[in-house]
Amino acid sequence: MTTSTPKTMYEKLWQSHLVQETKGETPLLYVDRHLIHEVTSPQAFANLRFHNRPVRHPERTIATMDHNISTRSIKIDAAGEGAANQLRALEKNCKEFGIELFGMGHKNQGIAHVMGPELGLTLPGTIIVCGDSHTATHGAFGALAFGIGTSEVEHVFATQTLRQNKAKTMKVEVKGNVGAGISAKDIILAIIGKTGSAGATGYVVEYCGEAIEALSMEERMTVCNMSIEFGAKAGLIAPDQTTFDYVKGKEYAPKGEVFEQAVIDWTNLKSDEGAEFDAVVTLDAKDIKAQVTWGTNPGQVVSVDGAVPSPDDFSDPVEKESCINALKYMNLTAGTKMVDIQVNKVFIGSCTNSRIEDLRAAADIVQRYEGQQVVDSVDAIIVPGSYRVKELAEQEGLDKIFIDAGFEWRLPGCSMCLGMNDDVLEAGDRCASTSNRNFEGRQGRGSRTHLVSPEMAAAAAITGHFVDLNA
Amino acid sequence: MEKFNTHTGLVAPLDVANVDTDQIIPKQFLQKTERIGFGVHLFHDSRYLDHAGTQENPDFVINKPEYKGASILLAGENFGCGSSREHAPWALQEFGFKVLISSSFADIFYGNCINIGILPIQLTEEEVEQLFKLSTESVLTITVDLPNNTVTCGDLVFKFSLSEFQQYSLENGVDSVGWTLNKLDAIKAFEDKMPAWQ
Repeated sequence: MTTSTPKTMYEKLWQSHLVQETKGETPLLYVDRHLIHEVTSPQAFANLRFHNRPVRHPERTIATMDHNISTRSIKIDAAGEGAANQLRALEKNCKEFGIELFGMGHKNQGIAHVMGPELGLTLPGTIIVCGDSHTATHGAFGALAFGIGTSEVEHVFATQTLRQNKAKTMKVEVKGNVGAGISAKDIILAIIGKTGSAGATGYVVEYCGEAIEALSMEERMTVCNMSIEFGAKAGLIAPDQTTFDYVKGKEYAPKGEVFEQAVIDWTNLKSDEGAEFDAVVTLDAKDIKAQVTWGTNPGQVVSVDGAVPSPDDFSDPVEKESCINALKYMNLTAGTKMVDIQVNKVFIGSCTNSRIEDLRAAADIVQRYEGQQVVDSVDAIIVPGSYRVKELAEQEGLDKIFIDAGFEWRLPGCSMCLGMNDDVLEAGDRCASTSNRNFEGRQGRGSRTHLVSPEMAAAAAITGHFVDLNA
Repeated sequence: MEKFNTHTGLVAPLDVANVDTDQIIPKQFLQKTERIGFGVHLFHDSRYLDHAGTQENPDFVINKPEYKGASILLAGENFGCGSSREHAPWALQEFGFKVLISSSFADIFYGNCINIGILPIQLTEEEVEQLFKLSTESVLTITVDLPNNTVTCGDLVFKFSLSEFQQYSLENGVDSVGWTLNKLDAIKAFEDKMPAWQ
């Protein structure tokens, strides 16, 4: 009797979506769900039009407005001429090609990676793509989800497939349980700190271990969201009861018997016992503390009770050079305690940390400071990830907690994570940001970004500096 | 897509690791609905001293007179990391780069380059190091031979590889959408077998 070779979850997702593998050609995979937005789709639509090609399955594509939009007004013109052109182009394109659009003022509008999961558009066992590198977020459901370029957006439109070479597999196991007050953002930043910002280039990562299994769906999304920040094509977490409970009853999710059958199929997705990975990284959850980045890539991160490193701390010449450049750009001195770094801007939002649990966590911290206001030297904005998140937060009175404490409560969108709208930092600004990239100029030319959890961002807003909330 | 066969060109050395696509083309230039108009904004924050982009930074590599007309970019490791924006390769291409050489590229960026006809060449760290060293001594001219997978710089000859289909696509300027549209029978057959929930 022969037994089949144990397979990883990635291998199973791959095999179940393989349309064709022909010698000499890159394998062709089926795409179940395609999310689009205004910035990376117009040129793809233009090419379809040029070649007179239809969208093969318009019902498998969903459009939202997120990257460019104003967070002060639902008017399309509110974010400037260039943005308005792209937003109007998206409206026109969706109409012409029969694609459902959640535009400004729509109850489902939101950041693609917040909106998809909350509507049940994101399902385990599927392939999900979007012209945005943070598509890996949806891997939290056990979906193979990754960002694509505009040429690939066009390919998916026309064929509902993509050509993809097989990635290597990496298992990231977080053993045991994290301590009190440690968030999913701290877990993923600690992972990236360990592997370095290119540590998973060429890999699809599967996160596992007790600390990952214990996370809620929203926390799992925060972890998978930042897979690209250490180079991974995608991040995966095996679907379990937490996943099924979250998906059940969502607007676009399967219902009744179809859902029951789906759960049976999804249950079999997890990596088989003994499945081999090309690389394995292990962390002890109890060692993970609250994290703050000090540099200009997400791998340049330390615990909040630590200090800004020195170039001498790095033996690798490239890392040493990167440290020198980062300290210069960030205007930081080696040895400075992280809790002594003063910020003047705080941003709570982005596809990493703008869901209801993130806002609750931030509000909890604000309340812990009992009536204290955002310090005078800081401007702090809160940008919910979607209209649904915003509405729920307002039902729970979170908006009031924030507004009373001196935060600005904005409308949903990508906002200051990438600053394509007017939510931009000035040169020299130093921002505690719950987003995902601390690259040079990311939030505005000459601005300095420190990536943190919503809890840390809230504390920084009230105190004006980073705080070891567990001290 | 234009066919790629061999190319000889001037090499601009950018010896910086982890150059992300935000650096290649900052977000404020992504508000276009066409594929053109990005080259002038390539490496904007490093290339120009002012935000408006009117004053060139004379110290930045592509502004130096000796590298004018460069068509091959020699880059540090993990080039093109971060955002999936295809605007980054569009900007590189419009500026005039046909070939990128590095010891490693970010995955999405690498695929985007091939899809628009830029050749990303991955060499070993030692080989890239050697080229950077030589480029400090003189302005380099390199010949890239795609059918034979070689990079030639003076007496040095390095081999590189691409996946079979990527090589074929670049050499023949394949319209990848058109190519896949010829496989509609296989796609239909796959769709017929999908479970109801999918």
